[in-house]
Amino acid sequence: MTAAAASAFARPRRSWGRFLPLLPVLVFLGFLFLYPVGQLLWLSVVEKGSGDLTAAHYARLLAVPVYSKVLLITFETSAWCTLFCVLGGYPVAYLLATTGDKWRNNLMLLVLLPFWTSFLVRTFAWIVLLGRNGAINKWLQALGITDAPLGLIYNFAGVMVGMTHALMPLAIISMVSVMENIDANLPRAASTLGARGGQAFFRIYFPLSLPGVAAGGLLTFITAIGFFITPALLGGRQQIMITQVIIEQVQDLMNWSFGGAVSMLLLVSALFVFWLYDRALGMSTLAGGSPASQVGDRGTWLSRGFAWVGDLATAAIGRACDLAAVAWETVFPQRPDKPPVKIARGVLWATALSVVAFLAVPTFFIIPVSFTTEGFIQWPPKFFSWRWYDTVFESPTWIAAIVRSLTVATLSAGVAMLIGTPAAFFLSRQSMIGKTAMLGVILSPLIIPRIIIAVALFYFYAKLGLIGTNLGLILGHAVLAVPYVVVTVMAVLKNYDERLDQAASSLGANRWRTLWHVTFPLIRAGLIAAFIFAFVTSLDELTIALFVSGGLVTTLPKQMWDDALLKVSPTLAAVSTLLLIFVTFMILAAEYLRRRAVHK
Amino acid sequence: MTEKHKLTVRSLRKTYGPVVALTDASLDLEEGEFLTLLGPSGSGKTTMLMIIAGLIQPDSGEVSIDGKLATYAPPFKRDIGMVFQNYALFPHMTVRENIAFPLRMRRVPDARIADEVKRVLDIVRLPQVADRLPRQLSGGQQQRIALARCMVYRPSIILMDEPLGALDKKLRDEMQLEIKNLHTELGITVLYVTHDQEEAMIMSDRICLMNDARIEQLGTPADLYFKPRSVFAASFLGESNLIDVTVAGTEGGRTAMRTADGTTLRAPLAAVPAGAAAKMMVRPERLHVLGPTDRADNVIEGALDQVIMVGGVTKYYVKLKGDRTVSATQLTQGPVGGIERGAKVRLGWAADSTVVLPT
Ligand SMILES: Nc1ncnc2c1ncn2[C@@H]1O[C@H](COP(=O)(O)OP(=O)(O)OP(=O)(O)O)[C@@H](O)[C@H]1O
Ligand SMILES: [Mg+2]
Repeated sequence: MTAAAASAFARPRRSWGRFLPLLPVLVFLGFLFLYPVGQLLWLSVVEKGSGDLTAAHYARLLAVPVYSKVLLITFETSAWCTLFCVLGGYPVAYLLATTGDKWRNNLMLLVLLPFWTSFLVRTFAWIVLLGRNGAINKWLQALGITDAPLGLIYNFAGVMVGMTHALMPLAIISMVSVMENIDANLPRAASTLGARGGQAFFRIYFPLSLPGVAAGGLLTFITAIGFFITPALLGGRQQIMITQVIIEQVQDLMNWSFGGAVSMLLLVSALFVFWLYDRALGMSTLAGGSPASQVGDRGTWLSRGFAWVGDLATAAIGRACDLAAVAWETVFPQRPDKPPVKIARGVLWATALSVVAFLAVPTFFIIPVSFTTEGFIQWPPKFFSWRWYDTVFESPTWIAAIVRSLTVATLSAGVAMLIGTPAAFFLSRQSMIGKTAMLGVILSPLIIPRIIIAVALFYFYAKLGLIGTNLGLILGHAVLAVPYVVVTVMAVLKNYDERLDQAASSLGANRWRTLWHVTFPLIRAGLIAAFIFAFVTSLDELTIALFVSGGLVTTLPKQMWDDALLKVSPTLAAVSTLLLIFVTFMILAAEYLRRRAVHK
Repeated sequence: MTEKHKLTVRSLRKTYGPVVALTDASLDLEEGEFLTLLGPSGSGKTTMLMIIAGLIQPDSGEVSIDGKLATYAPPFKRDIGMVFQNYALFPHMTVRENIAFPLRMRRVPDARIADEVKRVLDIVRLPQVADRLPRQLSGGQQQRIALARCMVYRPSIILMDEPLGALDKKLRDEMQLEIKNLHTELGITVLYVTHDQEEAMIMSDRICLMNDARIEQLGTPADLYFKPRSVFAASFLGESNLIDVTVAGTEGGRTAMRTADGTTLRAPLAAVPAGAAAKMMVRPERLHVLGPTDRADNVIEGALDQVIMVGGVTKYYVKLKGDRTVSATQLTQGPVGGIERGAKVRLGWAADSTVVLPT
């Protein structure tokens, strides 16, 4: 044996070659995400002609009170929305994390369906429900509770309902992922040690679930400050949010630098929130770690303050709950020879199911409206006609939009799979320094407000001549889809027994043959699920399409948006119904495949 | 109930849909006793423990603690301590806070809490870790803290569900002795769960052997070893030789049995009717390799298959007619040799060491 061969055996795969699977994702995100975003930020600090550094754009931003007001509104709206999402989502997440598998999976599906359903469709549904001629107003009047229709939308309440509905699934999913990792024996141990339900929950379970609450709150907040669909369609003049300003500056006024400055402001705000979060809890909690404040003196002043106040508060609330329970038991004594009635659990179920109903039911109101015979949306719809579906299918614009959306979704999901899958394999199987940071970079397209990516790509594409091309759309959507693919494939690989691969290679298969004949067939269902998630992400995507299409080509969501700005018509209801049914079907299929992949 | 037991369990039954997790379970636990639930995986040990702790509710049956009915009483009213397999220490609290938790829940004044925490930390010999978090402790230390947290409020019974399952062999041996010592010194009443028969033998006053959701046999370790009442009990605890026999009848105050090849074997009088098929059990260390002139109550012949010297003892595997192999364990007497493989050997044992088991 030669020396080289010997050393190759001695130090297997130590070379840079093993990082190869990460290369596509790094190149891709580097070119289409990091570079454009960086460029946008650069743009906001240089003079247009001369290229000198300047703070003029920011000065203008601060000088005009309208912008600071919009920023304030954005933060305020997002904060309220976050609060509602977390408060409403907590019981659902808790139930999901503590109930048996059968219920859990089906309830989770009811949370996931709205999560994947287009924001546009869901917003239209709220218009059907809450509009002046909407279902709720009609019912209130029919019951004689009100005489005239109430203004339920085009105000703060409308925006709040719409945004909470849109973002609560995100909060729930983040909270569940932390709660699932709380050992079920801990509350049990607490109760054998003498804690009643209230104390066991508030002193043990609740503090341990806080990282999930914080992570859910953070993601909700960051996503909320980038929102524009809901405030535009359900809000009034007072609810304009910062993203709407960016769209106006860039699209209508062609004011790049200023648009860039506003985007920058948004990004800085987002980063500031991340920073606060890191100070208070530590970034690692985002990945499900426990808060830094619990590692004794390593915590910051902020986190220690939080911990102290939190301890007092939770202890007090726990105590209050137990006093209430004791009072209840003196009135209705519990007998040791009869199974107790589980009141607390009943209340939890009732609360959680109402929240799930709030998430799952409203969307379906779009369906009956699409069969109306009238030319406008009102409740109850006058049945029954296919005419709006005919309108859609006879319209070249709609057909073109549908075809383009399906094409772009398929191709961008394909690109995302090709790029994301190797990275997922690498990240779940190999160790490397800075893995968390790497994952952070890959996930960041999901985390930073989407409008920033959209504006950045717009500017970047403009120079490459990619505006208004399908390629531009496909690549742009792939940037958003890659994180979903990486996360989904990593989740599937986590459950995959790597010994099967070892067995295969011990039987003489080389790495590629192992991958092809053993690994892929086994995780095929998981891969298809990842593809579907990527597909649906693209199919529903509006923000990037809005900018990148440059008004030349149109995707389905963009066409819906343009129509909706004029009028939410029965045609839109018909398109929404089609989209809703299609996406529901896709997600059910993906979920079915995912379950099969996980329960192998 | 005439006498007052620490714990009484009567006819417990628990099902999960079609799965019967526990049925017909009754036992009494005396003050200061160390009783172990022993059985293979899925035999219902955890289910029984959880019902006693009040963490799950039985479909039927009764549980009384200290003479008081507690079948459906909530866990926090039961005065029971439980040590979980994964310790269930609260990860966000220091060791001190963990141990203080049950006292806080009982609204004990702060000054006394401090004393009590120190007391139990001394008992488990870990006074220096009070301000650490559970994850900063080793497995064995966590185990002891879990024990300390459970002892600090002096519950009337301590339940332990495979508390040593996650530890390596050496640590496990150490902790077995430690728990046993604490039990003797402090006089606590313990209901212990394990699927390790050796552990059960070492630690228990009595063992409750469980199989397939029921109690198979309950008795002292010696009872279970020397007088197993079923084939399962005989083979679960220690090594055993089992031979198919037909009961012939009573002969001089003993039960006589015949093997397939017609050999007659004798056992102490057993309540098995003549003509019934049964199994005869004898422990390997009760079998002797007989010399040509030696005599014994029971003698069987076979061909020597293997001889294995395992340090202090030597194992002889002998093939009987019909291909059944029995093993005999003898103290090693100098270098093994002499008998060759395939040689004819006679094995003998006393009738008193023989147990007849219904099949
Ligand atoms: N929550 C549950 N749902 C359905 N079946 C259950 C549940 N808990 C236990 N079982 C079933 O009840 C039976 C007894 O389980 P139990 O946990 O008591 O066994 P065990 O003796 O503690 O086993 P091990 O040694 O593996 O811990 C098993 O067949 C188990 O599958
Ligand atoms: Mg168990």
